[in-house]
Amino acid sequence: MSGSQDHAQGHHAQGHHGESHATDHDAHEAPHGSLRGYVTGFVLSVILTAIPFWLVMADVLGNSTLTALVIMGFAAVQIVVHMIYFLHMNGRAEGGWSMMALIFTIIIVVIALSGSLWVMYHLNANMMPDMHRM
Amino acid sequence: METATAQAQAANGAPVFYVKEDEHEHSGGSTMLGFWIYLMSDCLVFAVLFATFGVLGRNYAAGPSGADLFDLRLVAVNTTMLLISSITYGFAMLAMDKGRQAAVQGWLVVTGLFGLAFIGIELYEFSHLIHEGATPQRSAFLSSFFTLVGTHGLHVSFGLLWLTVLMVQVSRRGLIEANRRRLMCLSMFWHFLDVVWIGVFTFVYLMGVLK
Repeated sequence: MSGSQDHAQGHHAQGHHGESHATDHDAHEAPHGSLRGYVTGFVLSVILTAIPFWLVMADVLGNSTLTALVIMGFAAVQIVVHMIYFLHMNGRAEGGWSMMALIFTIIIVVIALSGSLWVMYHLNANMMPDMHRM
Repeated sequence: METATAQAQAANGAPVFYVKEDEHEHSGGSTMLGFWIYLMSDCLVFAVLFATFGVLGRNYAAGPSGADLFDLRLVAVNTTMLLISSITYGFAMLAMDKGRQAAVQGWLVVTGLFGLAFIGIELYEFSHLIHEGATPQRSAFLSSFFTLVGTHGLHVSFGLLWLTVLMVQVSRRGLIEANRRRLMCLSMFWHFLDVVWIGVFTFVYLMGVLK
């Protein structure tokens, strides 16, 4: 494997950017995460899954709009947890291109979701009176 | 960084025409990045299905709503199955890093069983819904529900097929470089499906039950 040589050169070059040796070395030691990382991610996921289910099933907040916003917040946090601890997403993987692809996808997803909901809501709102008159 | 490397090598006297990539994480070349980009395109498929559900999810056509149909305890059990299968696949990857083939196979079996449990529960839920008359044809809500959740379920099913094929590969050839690369791809696929499921149980099930 030519990994170690590249690795050493990488350090040499990255020294200018002040990237810490320890983090990079750890990434090399465990490219697929560590036991502690997986367990941390799992425990966080269980907590972040259990709370929304509890909030909805026990109707804790008593307000469905508030509950919806809170569980969406939990979902967003849990997705980030999965990305970091299970998918090992970081700015360095594949020279940063994984992160670039992810950011691009998130932008497209946000446009597709918010755009669809926005357009279709207004379409519904504007079409409805005619529908009733028919 | 690139210029720094180039200058460092040029200082040795040897001409440099390309910069060696910092490929210390995976020996699979660009396969990991390519597979990640596939997953991102899959993410767009799910985004469109989520958007469809978001638009149609409340159009019940005087039929049953999510609050009438969904059994959150079943969904909670299902979510647990997928979450556990995610961490057991993680354990398989850790065993792979240490080169312990038997442990890899063992964890893959456990992952597969939890995945099967997930699919089994989902199929039970679907058959229960259809038995009650809540078929995909009943309303726009149910059409979009079955399309979104069914697409996720299909992904998990194909993941299980892939898992089985990889277990045969590993048992025949061992943890060779190609098999490690394949296991890493399936790892990303499997964890990605768990991420999609977070969206499904939040937006479809939990918010569907909320009035």
